[in-house]
Amino acid sequence: MIAKLKSLYGSGIQPLTYAGQNYMVVDRSLIPELLQVLRNEEEFDYCVDITAAHYPAREKQFDVLWVLYSFARNERIRVTAQILDGDSVPSSVSIWPGANWLEREVYDMFGIKFDGHPDMKRILLPDGWKGHPLRKDYGILQQDSEWVQINLGIESGQ
Amino acid sequence: MTEPNSTLSHLDLETSEKPFLDANELVINMGPQHPATHGVLRVILRLDGEKVLGLECVIGYLHRGVEKIGEHRTYTMFNPYVDRMDYVAAVSNGLGYCETVEKLLNVEAPPRAQHVRVILTELNRIASHQLWLGTHALDIGAITPLFYTFRDREEILKIYEKYCGARLTTHAFRIGGLQYETYSGFESDVKNFLKFFRPKIDEYEELLTTNRIWVDRTKNVGVISGKDCIALGVTGPVLRASGVKWDLRKAQPYANYKNFDFDIPIGENGDTYDRYLVRMAEMRQSVRIIEQAVAAIPEGPIMAKVPKVIKPAVGEVYHSIEAPKGELGYFIVSDGSTQPYRVRVRPPSFVNLQALDKMCRGQLVADVIAVIGTLDIVLGEVDR
Repeated sequence: MIAKLKSLYGSGIQPLTYAGQNYMVVDRSLIPELLQVLRNEEEFDYCVDITAAHYPAREKQFDVLWVLYSFARNERIRVTAQILDGDSVPSSVSIWPGANWLEREVYDMFGIKFDGHPDMKRILLPDGWKGHPLRKDYGILQQDSEWVQINLGIESGQ
Repeated sequence: MTEPNSTLSHLDLETSEKPFLDANELVINMGPQHPATHGVLRVILRLDGEKVLGLECVIGYLHRGVEKIGEHRTYTMFNPYVDRMDYVAAVSNGLGYCETVEKLLNVEAPPRAQHVRVILTELNRIASHQLWLGTHALDIGAITPLFYTFRDREEILKIYEKYCGARLTTHAFRIGGLQYETYSGFESDVKNFLKFFRPKIDEYEELLTTNRIWVDRTKNVGVISGKDCIALGVTGPVLRASGVKWDLRKAQPYANYKNFDFDIPIGENGDTYDRYLVRMAEMRQSVRIIEQAVAAIPEGPIMAKVPKVIKPAVGEVYHSIEAPKGELGYFIVSDGSTQPYRVRVRPPSFVNLQALDKMCRGQLVADVIAVIGTLDIVLGEVDR
């Protein structure tokens, strides 16, 4: 499969293995198309998870990653795309409807927007909250004190 | 609070040309403080009389930022936190976390530890299903099963208490093995429990399986097809009740599940009744697994050789286990320091809850309660 994808997309795909697990780092520009191919041609019909990680020291600050599973192959693969701060990623809700909440959580926690998502808004934090807590520049004790004071009527949530 | 209608967008209220208060349509709010939502879950229902036209879940009331906490604790220190996500299946959470870090460290727990892990985890599956059965039946109006299941669950919690001193948030495992050696009499306690518990499952079934009210309230309620389950990422008993024979313990065996003989129970119709049957059958299978495991606990160390300070090499790993609710996954990125760079938890309850809208459309309001119960969500895990 990797060889086939490699012949299709060339240097856009970098297949890697760690601890016996396959994953690939791919160009952001391949994103909706490659996921579509994995879903339709390689039978990765179950989108296990969509998440992200923040690397502030890098130029492309965010890793967005999709964990996929194929029932037919009994195989898992991770697809990682590196993006710039402020970049958006095409949504995969049309490929896997289950991506809906997972993408909303990535947006909520990292501020990464998904283009074409039917309902791109926060999911765990309140709608009016400022800041995205899983970014590395968001402190562990940090909070949106304005929100807390207005909505909870207390000085601090700590 | 923020504008009350800001979460209603996908229910077409704002774009609809019909007046906001159409005579046939009613928007009502259920929760977050509601006895049948199993925690602080808010559901906004759009109704036509008694019929559900659509609904939206509002979650996050129990958000504690577990993933953020993980980045600020060492690998060992974060271990007890995972117990507090799905607090009725804390042992499963711990197993998933410890195994993931073990994968990062490239160590494997010794056979004795693996065996005890399987016993404790399967006991936990039974306890989780018992709690589900009791509360689910209570929601639908059958009060008796709650007393039966809680009476019997107590016996499992007693074993936990004797093993590690805690009943719910057990922190039973350590990275590389077990927290404690088993106490003397552990094996006979477990064997006695199995003997005690086997007829109890029949007792539960006697109360419900052919009970006409129960069957009427659950048959053809909240139907979801296997295809829809896969598309939505729904796993666990919900997926299996829709006829998909998939269980991570068989598909990608972890711990030492491959050494035990057990079946994967599946359903046909994907309705609430089938999900009930699947979970009942799973309890029986868990008894089978524990029986085999407890009969042959090998001697040996309970801890692998793990350095005192856990510092995995740079790398990232995704590992998942079959928790009582579905696929529980951990994605951990190590930067070579003593603290995880990123911990992501893939919670089964969160993903399964997404199917609520699909399962409730066209049903009655009272069925929403039945469907929330049958999804077996724990809000501590949904919100993390």
